[in-house]
Amino acid sequence: MQKTETPPCPTAETASLLEARRTMEVCNACRYCESFCAVFPAMEQLREFSKPDLNYLANLCHGCRGCYYACQYAPPHEWGINVPATMAALRFESYQGHAWPRPMARLFNRNGTVLALALAGGIAMVLALTLAFAPGGAFGAAHPVAPGSFYQLIPLIVMQIVGVASFGFSLIAIAISTIRFWRASGSGKISLRHAATALHNAATLRFLSGGGHGCNNNDESFSMARRHLHHAMAYGFMLCFAATCAGFLEEHILGLQAPYPFLSLPVLLGTAGGIGLLTGTGGLLGLKLYRDRTVSPDALAGSDIALLSLLLLAAATGLALLAVRGTEVMGTLLAVHLGTILALFITLPYSRMVHGAFRTAALLRHAAEDDRPG
Amino acid sequence: MPYLTQLFDVLVIGGGNAALCAAITARRAGASVLVVEHAPRAFRGGNSRHTRNFRAMHTGPTSVLTESYLEEEYWADLQKVTAGKTDEALARMTIRASTQAFAFMQSCDVKFQPSLTGTLSLSRTNAFFLGGGKALLNAYYLTAEKLGVNIIYDSEVTSLDLDDGFVRSVDITERGFPKTLHAKAVIACSGGFQANTGWMHELWGAAADNFVIRGTPYNRGFILKNLLAQGVHPVGDATQFHAVALDARAPKFDGGIATRLDSVPYSIVINRNAERFYDEGEDFWPKRYAIWGRLIAQQPGQIAYSIFDRNSRLLFMPSVYPAISAGSIEALAAALGLSTHALRQTVDSYNAAVGNGSFNPQTLDDCATTNLTPPKSHWARRIETPPFHGYPLRPGITFTYLGVKVNERAQVIMDNNKPSANLFASGEIMAGNILGQGYLAGFGMTIGAVFGCIAGQEAAHYAKN
Repeated sequence: MQKTETPPCPTAETASLLEARRTMEVCNACRYCESFCAVFPAMEQLREFSKPDLNYLANLCHGCRGCYYACQYAPPHEWGINVPATMAALRFESYQGHAWPRPMARLFNRNGTVLALALAGGIAMVLALTLAFAPGGAFGAAHPVAPGSFYQLIPLIVMQIVGVASFGFSLIAIAISTIRFWRASGSGKISLRHAATALHNAATLRFLSGGGHGCNNNDESFSMARRHLHHAMAYGFMLCFAATCAGFLEEHILGLQAPYPFLSLPVLLGTAGGIGLLTGTGGLLGLKLYRDRTVSPDALAGSDIALLSLLLLAAATGLALLAVRGTEVMGTLLAVHLGTILALFITLPYSRMVHGAFRTAALLRHAAEDDRPG
Repeated sequence: MPYLTQLFDVLVIGGGNAALCAAITARRAGASVLVVEHAPRAFRGGNSRHTRNFRAMHTGPTSVLTESYLEEEYWADLQKVTAGKTDEALARMTIRASTQAFAFMQSCDVKFQPSLTGTLSLSRTNAFFLGGGKALLNAYYLTAEKLGVNIIYDSEVTSLDLDDGFVRSVDITERGFPKTLHAKAVIACSGGFQANTGWMHELWGAAADNFVIRGTPYNRGFILKNLLAQGVHPVGDATQFHAVALDARAPKFDGGIATRLDSVPYSIVINRNAERFYDEGEDFWPKRYAIWGRLIAQQPGQIAYSIFDRNSRLLFMPSVYPAISAGSIEALAAALGLSTHALRQTVDSYNAAVGNGSFNPQTLDDCATTNLTPPKSHWARRIETPPFHGYPLRPGITFTYLGVKVNERAQVIMDNNKPSANLFASGEIMAGNILGQGYLAGFGMTIGAVFGCIAGQEAAHYAKN
């Protein structure tokens, strides 16, 4: 498949886009990196790089850095080729460019600050709700681990309304921006089989393995650490979500009220998920702090660190709540935990979290293109 | 930082494939090793950082090589390209040892690309490093560091004190400061001299100023010159080099693989007088690309232009610099700074000589010119559909052939035909022993790895006794 002409671009091209095009033109004349990941074989299908193509390639890139340390043109070579940093910058612009509602795109600027403010606001709001709803003296009192003790502080219905509204809005916003990205990134005809391949590649982080031996973090050596930590984090997050769903079912089908005993489905799922999330985010934060700054520039690190910290805090407060739910600090921890979750939910479409959806969309185009003859 | 005042068992000059194979092997054999690399860390590895594969004999399919490639076929391939300018004993030894070189690389945790069946004509004969030569070097350096090999960068060996074939001491500048080092054995892996513009100028005159050096700017041949001046036996023709056609806009040094152009067989190539000078369609491009550097070097001003039209645009690998394009032959001539009249005339007489064959880039097709000098034997189609495109071309030097003579133990041979007791060589500095002319893809890396391992073993053995 050869693209013949670059369509005239309706919008102005950013510096990141121009740099991505220059980079891909050098890479396409070299091609030494073609076995590292999906980006280079996808690039080889093209001769000219339109804005949609580049946005697609940028979101196909995991930033594994295998190509950077192998690159004969990497800085300080005068060509200064740096695929992971270039793609990361363009990827970030694609999150911004497709944000919904559109004015919210500016939340990606100073994203670390935005998430920090959301966290403060979330905790403050839950504290306010708690103080408003909890009967006098209940907030600071020791609570027995008995059904309904959480709801003495915040009524279940309030928790559910706030949770469903914030999470629901975020899901809708992510869905809309992903569809907009999908349309703007040169997507073609797809089938269910392509969707299955894309989901498999996303779920296994297939292209974060560098071809089998892992990726680079801050030097020339390879490691699977990032892939494994990301798995711990992502599946931990899903287990926590499953725990919430299990809780919902116990509440409404079995009529059992939280807090649940330790040996119950919601608590077991939540504990396992929390530990995974804590391990994954902690490890990834560690890697982030000791990263090679030429590959992972400071300008983009804020949003990564903010989201990882928020997830880490959500896991840590959740596990802590389990530990202290019979004591007088339960009220405070419940408010902090729920406030953190609230901050996470409302910022989902305006944080690095959207990368999962965009990457899956890019993997979908990749699966479809990979399937085409020639 | 190693204490440079200590007496090392083995001192390795250079930091490429040959040097690291030597250093790692010597260290594994128990020697204390110092690697002196001229380049800074970011540019370490000499020309190896621009390579991509090495040619390996194998008796059956492996994880990264298809079918088999046996000694006799390998040897026949080498004879063909060198036209006899080789040393059969050394060559056959290298070919046989290339199997062990593969194992050695794997022991250094070098990653290879899975074999790309059908897409690359080299997947049967050559093993491809995943990510290319720089990734290979990264694996070597990590291995060497773990083993405790001492490595200093930004440090140039300036001369060896050779006393009747015996190295007494080694003078270096270590990050700008002169020092004299002592080692029981020395392995020279410092490459050719193509990046030494002064030396190239001596041999080629002003033409040398127009050569582009594809690889490292650190291969200046000071050690080679220093050794030849002290009675080391030379091999290879000083005036010879391997050169390909590069985009003239390439950087003077280190442009690597991306600046080469593959448009020649689907174009006409003219010099600055807008005259053709060689059959562009003589044979498949992989078999001819290495002669075009030399052909362009012989043209006035050492420049040429590959001219084609819209129909040929997508037939070759994308170029790193865009083609220069125009709506007419005259406008293209103006854009390239050529005589419009002369280019028009060349294109017209070429077009008139093109017959009616059926064009097929996959075969040596029957699209040939008639009554044209020089002819274009295949893939000749009229240049008539705008837009018209052109690439300016320069000779891009890959490596030089002049080197030091060695024996099968990688010992450097003196003018009196006696081997040096403690001076060994590997890599481009001695490749001329085996590859006196021409080139076989990936064979330079094979020679470097095989002789690097031998030199490391022999030097360590000498130093330990």
